[in-house]
Amino acid sequence: MSDYEAVIGLEVHIELHTKRKIFCFCEIKEDPAPNTQTCEVCTSMPGTLPVMNREVVEFAVKAGLAVGGTINHMSQMDRKNYFYPDLPKAYQISQNEHPIVSGGKVDIETEAGQKTIRLTRIHMEEDAGKLVHIEGEGTLVDCNRAGVPLIEIVSEPDIRSAEEAIAFLKKLRAIMVYTGITLARMQEGEMRCDVNLSVRKKGDKTLGTRTEMKNINSFAFVGKAIEGEFKRQVDVLEAGGTIIQETRRFDDKTGQSTSMRTKEDADDYRYFPDPDLVPIRLEDKEIEALKSEIPELPDARKARYIKDFDISAYDAERLTDERDMADYFEKAAKATTAPKTIANILISDMPNLQKDHPLPDPVKLAELADLQADGEINSSTAKKVLSALLETGVSPRQYVAEHDLLQINDEATLLPFVLEVLKERASVAEDYKAGKKKALQSLIGMVMQKTKGRANPVLIRTLLEDRLK
Amino acid sequence: MIDKVNQMTISELSEGLRTREFSAEELTRHSLQMIEQKEPELNAFITVTAERAIEDAKAADKRLATKAETNPLLGIPGALKDNVCTKGIRTTCASKTLENFVPPYSATVADRLADAGMVLLGKVNMDEFAMGQTSETSYFGATKNPRNTNRVPGGSSGGSAAAVAGDEAVFAIGSDTGGSILQPSAFCGVIGLRPSYGLVSRNGIVAFASSLDQAGPITRTVKDNALVLNAIAGHDPRDTTSLHVREPDYTVGITDGVKGLTFGLPTEFFGEGLAESIKDAVLDVAKKLESLGATIKEVSLPSLKFALPAYVLISSAEASSNLARFDGIHYGYRAEGAESLDDVYVKTRSEGFGAEVKRRLMLGTFALSSGYYDAYYKKAQQIRTLIGSEFKRVFASVSMLIAPVAPVTAWPLGQSITDPVQLYLNDIYTVPIGMAGLPALSLPVAKDEDGLPIGLQLIGNRFQERLLYRAGVSIEEVTR
Ligand SMILES: [Zn+2]
Repeated sequence: MSDYEAVIGLEVHIELHTKRKIFCFCEIKEDPAPNTQTCEVCTSMPGTLPVMNREVVEFAVKAGLAVGGTINHMSQMDRKNYFYPDLPKAYQISQNEHPIVSGGKVDIETEAGQKTIRLTRIHMEEDAGKLVHIEGEGTLVDCNRAGVPLIEIVSEPDIRSAEEAIAFLKKLRAIMVYTGITLARMQEGEMRCDVNLSVRKKGDKTLGTRTEMKNINSFAFVGKAIEGEFKRQVDVLEAGGTIIQETRRFDDKTGQSTSMRTKEDADDYRYFPDPDLVPIRLEDKEIEALKSEIPELPDARKARYIKDFDISAYDAERLTDERDMADYFEKAAKATTAPKTIANILISDMPNLQKDHPLPDPVKLAELADLQADGEINSSTAKKVLSALLETGVSPRQYVAEHDLLQINDEATLLPFVLEVLKERASVAEDYKAGKKKALQSLIGMVMQKTKGRANPVLIRTLLEDRLK
Repeated sequence: MIDKVNQMTISELSEGLRTREFSAEELTRHSLQMIEQKEPELNAFITVTAERAIEDAKAADKRLATKAETNPLLGIPGALKDNVCTKGIRTTCASKTLENFVPPYSATVADRLADAGMVLLGKVNMDEFAMGQTSETSYFGATKNPRNTNRVPGGSSGGSAAAVAGDEAVFAIGSDTGGSILQPSAFCGVIGLRPSYGLVSRNGIVAFASSLDQAGPITRTVKDNALVLNAIAGHDPRDTTSLHVREPDYTVGITDGVKGLTFGLPTEFFGEGLAESIKDAVLDVAKKLESLGATIKEVSLPSLKFALPAYVLISSAEASSNLARFDGIHYGYRAEGAESLDDVYVKTRSEGFGAEVKRRLMLGTFALSSGYYDAYYKKAQQIRTLIGSEFKRVFASVSMLIAPVAPVTAWPLGQSITDPVQLYLNDIYTVPIGMAGLPALSLPVAKDEDGLPIGLQLIGNRFQERLLYRAGVSIEEVTR
């Protein structure tokens, strides 16, 4: 097994978050009832013609610019002909010979370090409808999705493992979401992936016969599919067999893939330029204008956060995964003197608390971070205040004042509590003196309890240690 | 008065409506009566919309009463080829597969004519999916030529030409891919215009070959033709291949005569296979034009010999994709008793389409197949480019071309349907026009020894429809 390596190329379909469909004026809504988001064009009534939605072109150009691809000044829509019940025209309008974007790259980071995955192309196409199987009624067609705009991003076979594939997909998703062209919600099927995989002996330069697994819609399944298919191909070769070029169906329930069709009975798509759609021309001016609309992308942000906010690379990566989170972090970080504390709250504390609440006002979160970083409240108080902030949106400073939660940082105030505990729990103190170091922790806890959690824990420790010498 | 309307032009009819010599309803009832009388023999109509026509006519009479309305088509009864979608009225493309298709929307052409006040008499016959030269491939039976009912009316817009020639409709809309307006107009002795590609919206016209299809008017006179074009031409946001190029009024200057115009006689249109009588008739018109002050000049377009095979490949290829949606699941007839999905497709399409359509779909599918694409489809596109540039070169030195429409006049019904290649060859003079996206006007100039109309065509540079009408009016005068 370890003598072999996988050679993987991915084809990623991403749904563009445009207002309208690609070739008609139907608005794209959330969860419409079956066949309510349709018109005579997207249901492909005889006689209807597609009209290119310019917003789709602009989004595809932005996608290309975001990955450093070349925007082609002339591109063309083609017809991909095949019969299937979910395809009302019996052809899909896509791009074959002249895609809108050529080339591009995505930099990924895995445990092995940095790597660049090259892209072949990005092209625009329309989604098909959806087949709904209803017990007793048979199979029905819902055309709501027909004509929803997609881009397909095709990578070079530069990927060598499931880990790299997942890192690539995550980074690609982040870039596209940042660019504002897609929501790429995996569970909604807004990002799907075909995996092309072959194996070869390490060091070999030629490519083996590849198989294709279609329509995988989660990062985890992509990982599973790659690992399973890699093993299957190696097993076949080790047993003296040969790999057949074929399309395989990945079953996310079993984690296995099964053969769908081989090359011999593969569809001949009979691509040809769609005569209903004039070639798409783009001027430099227009491309430059779109370029200026592309926001700072995840890699650039990550680098800036490390530099400007002095947070770790790990934290920066996690905070820049999602654009919304990054934007939020940045707002809060700019309003505080303690961006690291913001990062900690967002990465460690928030995910457990935030489930039922929207993110609070970033300026208020910054206030909380300041209170904590300046030692005005301790970390357990900070958690309490954070909960209150999430629930009611109260100002942390006000909350702390109203609930008398300021940390006790002066010896004079704290010492009476310490002495009281030592008196009441003399036996525990004796344990500590006898060498039971754990006992100190329990004494600290008791002092904390007496101060209703407001004491500075470091100061308690110092005072206790002094008295127990 | 009403018994004379069969001989009247749109302008005259419009005048009659405005002066209340007759009402739109009377005119319409007259047309419906003509239809009732002639249909048993001609079979020009697939669907007669008598009720709709009377409604349209009553509405037109109301509009006419206000006197503010000046559109010359207001209250004029016309017909649409049955590949032009009409909301609520079945649109069959003369195919079994669309026998019961009732579109929920109307073609832009239909909407524009309705806005102009046309009275819709019905939907007229054609070759199935506009594939054919005789209108005999219709699932609804052949149409007969009103000039001689033993003859074909031509095709594919045979019903449109026959309805006008048979005085059932004052005008009709046809569609032209490789001669489907020009040739039936010639066969039936009426005026047909194939507009430049991009002048008339294709939205709602069931596609045969998208890069070639254009709808156009078939009328009794050249001026009538210009009046109908006025109503239908112009950019449509629903068809991005339609352009912002229309003239404000296609009748302007059409009586200016031909003095100072140069007509090209293309050598390739007068070669082997052309009937003597047709050749003589066209050359005779050329002489008459010369005597009116026009210049006649011989020109050559050597690539035209490749036009027909290239046309067959491109049109069939596009058709194979355009007609794929008639799969029995989304649109069209569905066969009974299929046992699998593939079976549904095979049975449905075998039973739903006629022989000529299937022949072209197979040819087109083959031409696009992997391994053959470059040799056939791509090569054909290169030829198309070549033809376009040859025409361009010729139009640098001539105003328009003058040529026969077809090598023969209307042949007997049932004669040709057995030999498709021979049949395709009859298109040699019209396919290059569509391939180059040019406009052409077909008009009757004489009769042959059997008394059948002989058609002549004027081929213009792109969007020179007005110039064609201008020469057409002169020819109309000298051949009357
Ligand atoms: Zn739609």
